[in-house]
Amino acid sequence: MAEPPLRPRRRFRQPSVIPGFGLTFGYTLTCLGVIVLLPLAALVARASGLGLSGIWDVATDPRVASALRVSFGVSLLAALTASVFGFLVAWVLTRYRFPGQKIVDAVVDLPFALPTAVAGIALASLYAPNGLVGEQLAKIGIEAAYTPVGIYIAMVFIGLPFAVRTVQPLIVEIDKEIEEASATLGAGRWHTLVRVVLPPLIPAVLTGFALAFARGVGEYGSIIFIAGNLPYVSEIAPLLIVIKLSEFDYGGACAIATIMLGISFVTLLAINLIQAWSRRRFGYV
Amino acid sequence: MSSAVAIRPPARPDRAESVVTEGRAVRWGLTGIAILFLALFLVLPLVTVFIQAFAKGWSAYFAAFQEADARSAIRLTLLVAAIAVPFNLVFGVSAAWAIAKFEFRGKNLLVTLIDLPFSVSPVVSGLIYVLVFGSQGLIGPWLIENDIQVIFAVPGIVLATIFVTFPFIARQLIPLMQEQGTAEEEAALTLGASGWHAFRTVTLPNIRWGLLYSVLLCNARAMGEFGAVSVVSGHIRGLTNTLPLHVEILYNEYNFVASFAVASLLAGLALVTLVIKSLLEWRYSADIAAGARRH
Repeated sequence: MAEPPLRPRRRFRQPSVIPGFGLTFGYTLTCLGVIVLLPLAALVARASGLGLSGIWDVATDPRVASALRVSFGVSLLAALTASVFGFLVAWVLTRYRFPGQKIVDAVVDLPFALPTAVAGIALASLYAPNGLVGEQLAKIGIEAAYTPVGIYIAMVFIGLPFAVRTVQPLIVEIDKEIEEASATLGAGRWHTLVRVVLPPLIPAVLTGFALAFARGVGEYGSIIFIAGNLPYVSEIAPLLIVIKLSEFDYGGACAIATIMLGISFVTLLAINLIQAWSRRRFGYV
Repeated sequence: MSSAVAIRPPARPDRAESVVTEGRAVRWGLTGIAILFLALFLVLPLVTVFIQAFAKGWSAYFAAFQEADARSAIRLTLLVAAIAVPFNLVFGVSAAWAIAKFEFRGKNLLVTLIDLPFSVSPVVSGLIYVLVFGSQGLIGPWLIENDIQVIFAVPGIVLATIFVTFPFIARQLIPLMQEQGTAEEEAALTLGASGWHAFRTVTLPNIRWGLLYSVLLCNARAMGEFGAVSVVSGHIRGLTNTLPLHVEILYNEYNFVASFAVASLLAGLALVTLVIKSLLEWRYSADIAAGARRH
């Protein structure tokens, strides 16, 4: 008698001879739940207690609105700058040969490695009116420290490695034969760069831009020293969370945090969409 | 053997290459701009730390570390890293084992969730722990009843540090172990090794450089974290002040030399981290990051 045919059953896990799935998977979920999900859920719970109208009330408070505008506006500009110079740095590092190249390449990661508070006080002392760079800028009429310009400088600092490191591996992989073909067919170098080399790199540039932007919006340590933190002028949203917390205004802090989380999720979503589009359009991320 | 035509090297190799690169002047110009930009924006701040730290000479520099508060800040920072890094090491290896060696549903979601702390602002990372453990928090009243302090105390600092460094090791190991596949472990198991034995003698040697690399970066972030720790610490001198927080306090007291002296310790740590990281990348790049082919 034939056995009943085995139904293809959708299993949670493919069978494997390797042991330890239950242990490692369970431990991973437990850590994730306790360290990440539970505390984040506490924020969501708090924020939903406020309701949309409660969050809206906080967001439209003039001081909060101004801080959000400063954080998002300046971060946008800084991410743009970081993307342009990040692309240049990535291009120079992958396409040209020059002495000390490996050291220059290592230097790019400095903002990842340097604690933000250290970067913060260093930038503040450099760009202060009597600082090394601040003095020169003052001569041409630019006040950097204690203005949004200072925030911009700190955000460029913190965002640059994201811009470089997302584009760099793709420039390495460009097939030079395409450029040769373009040149053989009579295109000038500039024409080749703009019409042949650059288009496939756009998704990576956009991803780097989004990462630098998200990092800039959330950044705290490297900004507060150089920003001067004047309400309505150079106060950033993360600082306002800290201020609300020190006043025991948990609701206000949660509302701002929720808005910021919302924006960073939208940014993440945008990155995923860019990458999905890139996979369809160019066949890689 | 088939071709009769000898392939001659191009007469002028530099000329042959010139169609896929820019002119010499443009090359040097762009390189110059890039290096100048990096020097101004990245290197100058780092140099400033050391210049300011030694502005009043060696004795003023070392005086900053004679202070009891500075010493306790150093001790606390080392303690926090000594708890947070091993915790994330065990978590990272465990997560990578579950995700890389097995196929199960919802894997992508799990990886995304592990990544979550990267996209949360440091200040918000601190805030969420205040919402759970603070006096007005979810379990705050229970903690007060039982006389357990988490916020404005060391446990809160450790938790916030674990949160911000949570994805570091897992993120590095998952793609690396995925690429290495399961064949070697399966061979070891077939030959009679226990699971633990296979992990220790087969998996661990394969991932050691990637592991070291990610522990290094995790440690740098753990010791340098400022925003999240600042929210949960309460800034109690000598008790809940880590090195970055001590830097802030000294700076806000206009004690610049001491502030930069303490900051120079952290900058030194960053430099050492960068150097070892670069050495590992140059020597073992294939064993650190997935993508490069192994064997």
